[in-house]
Amino acid sequence: MKLKSALIGASALVSLATTAALADEITVATVNNADMIVMQKLAPKWEEATGHTINWVVLEENILRQRTTQDIATNGGSFDIIFIGAYEAPIWGANGWLTSLNDFADDSDYDLNDIFQLVRNGLSADGNLYGVPLYSETSFTFYRTDIFEAAGLEAPTEQITYTELRDNYIAKVHDPDNGIFGTCQRGKAGWGENMAFVGPLANAFGARWFDEEWQPQLDSPEWHAAVNYYVDLMNAYGPPGATANGHNENRALFKDGKCATWVDATSAANDVRNPNTSSVADVTDFFQAPKQVTDKGTGWFWSWALAIPASSQKADIAKDFLKWGTSKEYFEMVGESEGWVAVPSGTRASVADDPRYLEAAPFSTTIKEAIFAADPADPTLLPVPYTGIQFVAIPEFQGIGNYVGQQVSAALAGQQSVEEALTNSQQFAVREMTKAGYIE
Amino acid sequence: MARSVSNRAKALNTAVAGTLGFLMFFPILWIIVLSFKTEEDAIRAPLEVLFNSGWTLESFFTVQERSDYFKHFSNSVIISLGSTFLGLLIAVPAAWAMAFVPAKHTKNVLMWMLSTKMLPPVGVLVPIYLIFRDYGLLDTRIGLVFVLMMMNLPIIIWMLYTYFKEIPGEILEAARMDGASLREEILYVLTPMAIPGMASTVLLNIILAWNEAFWTLNLTAAKAAPLTAFIASYSSPEGLFYAKLSAASIMAIAPILIMGWFSQKQLVRGLTFGAVK
Repeated sequence: MKLKSALIGASALVSLATTAALADEITVATVNNADMIVMQKLAPKWEEATGHTINWVVLEENILRQRTTQDIATNGGSFDIIFIGAYEAPIWGANGWLTSLNDFADDSDYDLNDIFQLVRNGLSADGNLYGVPLYSETSFTFYRTDIFEAAGLEAPTEQITYTELRDNYIAKVHDPDNGIFGTCQRGKAGWGENMAFVGPLANAFGARWFDEEWQPQLDSPEWHAAVNYYVDLMNAYGPPGATANGHNENRALFKDGKCATWVDATSAANDVRNPNTSSVADVTDFFQAPKQVTDKGTGWFWSWALAIPASSQKADIAKDFLKWGTSKEYFEMVGESEGWVAVPSGTRASVADDPRYLEAAPFSTTIKEAIFAADPADPTLLPVPYTGIQFVAIPEFQGIGNYVGQQVSAALAGQQSVEEALTNSQQFAVREMTKAGYIE
Repeated sequence: MARSVSNRAKALNTAVAGTLGFLMFFPILWIIVLSFKTEEDAIRAPLEVLFNSGWTLESFFTVQERSDYFKHFSNSVIISLGSTFLGLLIAVPAAWAMAFVPAKHTKNVLMWMLSTKMLPPVGVLVPIYLIFRDYGLLDTRIGLVFVLMMMNLPIIIWMLYTYFKEIPGEILEAARMDGASLREEILYVLTPMAIPGMASTVLLNIILAWNEAFWTLNLTAAKAAPLTAFIASYSSPEGLFYAKLSAASIMAIAPILIMGWFSQKQLVRGLTFGAVK
């Protein structure tokens, strides 16, 4: 009996020692958004199951981008998993900064093909997958059903033009005396802020960032038409101080009942339709983002994904966590613990078709259709040498996009004319593209 | 003879000073107000925030629940105190030498040290990052202590040099004649006389190190991250985090504000040391 007890004790000790020896810690760098907060909340389940632990590094998006760029470009190895977007994944992957995740296709339980092809393509470079998505989004039009009804308007069932949106809808529901603005759009400068709206708007007006020879096209008549439309629209029907409003501020204004229409990210739909967080949850619906001279590139495409830096020494553990955090089981877990309306949208077909999700988020079909309508590989009326709808997937775009965003924001604030804003933008883009060697 | 100041001028000066003081303090006051609001209330119009919404501690609880405040706090304490005292160890002898045994190029050396503060830190970020990577100092407190000490050393030396210059050299000479060694001269004669100046140097450098956000964000990840990283984690372009960001900011600046409040007399005395002869 004593011997048996001793053997059991010894084997337990060996087992503990083995687990301790195999247990390791990984560092995950991420932004502070609702989906990642849920992941942090559920991650202890993975830690319990594997014995590994996670150090979370949570940073503001721009700081995270700069910090992770610096670390992986210098092979620093500070992070094992990083949270990146559809802009960075292909560029960093092509630079050799990220670990290929092609072997995820071999795991039948993970079912890589269940992730939308469009999303996988957006996170790939040269046929290699460099990130797995947590959620994806496009843009569509949020509108207030009660305000439309009071004005005798019926929401469009087909894609309308921006002119129709302004003249037939926004102008008729604009009622600032009662605290309702006809439209709220992003005005805060930045390639990920105002240019996320202005970029697809310019696409709709037939504009493009560069021609086939990488010559900047920012002073073209199409860009003038688009930015003039934007500035006039916001001055006539937007809230005061619109240049300070980014996605967050507009989301808050819309949820507070101050906006009749808003063209923005589909990922905000869950929050706007959540009665716990929104005063307009029951009176909000959606239709497609408008077109103008073309319907190409009128809804943006973005995906937030998890990737592994090539400098990580713990790629195997990191892969294990990535599979867990983007698996069907994970989404199921989020649905069960947070409610199905909180499940990250736009990545897996099995989630999009799940009856529980469809019941909790009836607008999800509209989101799915809008995402499928986006084609980053063919974003403009005229041919272009780049991919990306609201961005251009080249490293130089971040600087150019931010500069153009500042110029457009200054035009909206009335500090300069649209003409001046676009002339400055064109000069800046030409200088940057020449410096980078795209043009002479 | 003191200049007479009319009551009207006094009232005007007081009003201008009060207004300026209020304007300078207003951002902090607003952060304090927002930290006690819900996220939905925090983004309302300012008047609604003040008069038409409730008060709650929700953001403080959420921040404490989601982040390990005390880990970040202890990192901040270790990094700011460590870098300041390590800096003093080097700066006291250096300032003594420059103040009492000046060489031909002492002034030039001082100016050169000061000029290093004019270089934007980002200019040396990559080399320092690579050095840290190669020596395994990334995300370590000792690495941050070292780099912050280096960044603040010119200020420490300059401040101490200014204070030491105010001390008559004859006193040190007398100590030497009484048989004091160099160590005893610095430790038992110079240091007690320079205490006000040294105290203000210490306080100022602790504040500088506590609030330093460039190196602390760039050279840390999870283990050595101080309160600056703690604040940065509550800023987000998606979702509402203003109330939580404000709560995190208040939690981060509260210790240094309290320390500054209690030591303001010492700080002002040290900073004005030698200003009036």
